[in-house]
Amino acid sequence: MKTLLNNDQLNITLLRLAHQLVENHLSFRDSVIIGIQPRGILLSDRITQIVKNITGNNNIDYGKLDITFYRDDLQTRNEIQVPSFTDVNFSIASKSVILIDDVLHTGRTIRSAMDALIDFGRPKKVELLVLIDRRFSRELPVQPDYTGHTVDTILTQKVKVYWQEKDGKDEVVLLDKQ
Amino acid sequence: MSLSVKHLLGIKELTVNDIEQIFITADNFKGVLNRSIKKLPTLNHIAIANIFFENSTRTRISFELAEKRLGADVVNFSASGSSVSKGETLIDTVHNILAMKVDMVVMRHSASGAPWFLANHIDASIINAGDGANEHPTQALLDAYSMREKLGDLKGKRVTIIGDIMHSRVALSNIFCLNKLGAEVTVAGPPTLIPKHIESLGVRVEYNVKKALEWCDVANVLRIQLERQHKPLFSTLREYAQYYGVNKQMLDSLAKDIIIMHPGPINRGVELTSDVADSKQSIILDQVENGVAIRMAVVYLLSGSGKRDGIEKIG
Repeated sequence: MKTLLNNDQLNITLLRLAHQLVENHLSFRDSVIIGIQPRGILLSDRITQIVKNITGNNNIDYGKLDITFYRDDLQTRNEIQVPSFTDVNFSIASKSVILIDDVLHTGRTIRSAMDALIDFGRPKKVELLVLIDRRFSRELPVQPDYTGHTVDTILTQKVKVYWQEKDGKDEVVLLDKQ
Repeated sequence: MSLSVKHLLGIKELTVNDIEQIFITADNFKGVLNRSIKKLPTLNHIAIANIFFENSTRTRISFELAEKRLGADVVNFSASGSSVSKGETLIDTVHNILAMKVDMVVMRHSASGAPWFLANHIDASIINAGDGANEHPTQALLDAYSMREKLGDLKGKRVTIIGDIMHSRVALSNIFCLNKLGAEVTVAGPPTLIPKHIESLGVRVEYNVKKALEWCDVANVLRIQLERQHKPLFSTLREYAQYYGVNKQMLDSLAKDIIIMHPGPINRGVELTSDVADSKQSIILDQVENGVAIRMAVVYLLSGSGKRDGIEKIG
């Protein structure tokens, strides 16, 4: 096991990501934030809060997207997945959407998320923010617009992101799976 | 997470956890059904046959819509106009349909137990859409789901089922489902339409409809199934309506507003008067709306089960 980001590093990275978002989206009048269920929303909760603090705008549209029904591995997985909640109660038509997930690996989750998103309307633009980019392991042509930390991994390794709210600590570790 | 069963044959075989899982999944699909784009790509690798050996409007349309909204390919079959009238057996009919690579079968049949029989002979997942006077599991699920939407947790809630209990698969499935969810159930109707020893299922029996209504939070009113009554069990429909029908004066005289449900089709003026069926207390159309979400949940949760071995659990 190797620590990729400790508590301080993680929080500095979150601040940087939030500032980068504000740099590009300014008031967030035509921008919305959407976190991907289940683990991506822990990151998007944090980022959204920091963005609100920086901009002073408390009315930023923030939604949560579940992509279970859009996965491309439903026929090959043996276990049926019980979905988490989708909560997007605003229009994304003609908006800039910032998709947020914790770890970018094969790119398949993001592919599903874009399909799910388009069913809610036609966004003007979709951007991707991830905390950890597992470089060189992509199976689809998906690249992030905002990256917290880039890491080279092999397939058997696993990146685990811990959050204070859920797991009692802020930390990102790289696990070697047996 | 999967259901504990490979088929949905009856509520009897489901665990409380299965029912909860179906409800949680249905919540999600209800959200999808309220969006402008209601279609999902989830099951675009699956073909489903809806085999109806008995008439149906709601259940059949509801299943078909649910399957299509999940992206599945759907074929419909009804006994009239098929080779059944040429003497083909149930198993042959189904084997022929499955030979065309169908993954799931939704079946309604007039013989009680037909889906269990089929489950022993074919590999595809089977969903019972009503078998004779036995079970109608998706109806019970959508009924309980609709009640829960109005009342919250059903534990300790009181439900009266009124009408032709003897011939009703809706009644039996509802009793199983409500018992599992912790609700109290009373069945009410003329003595000739209430089976003997039904108390052994854990329900109360009441022959006075007014008293049964005073007791309950929800009244689920059933249709008189004349097609299943081979000898007369009450004198006239008019008499039935007089003694066992639910009307507005009766509802207004109760201490509280109870919820009125009906699985359809309604015989207006017999078990329910029109002003009750169309009243604010009636959630009959909510039931129909929820039916699609519940059936999407059941189809989705069973869609992966055909591939699992060893966990098969059938009646």
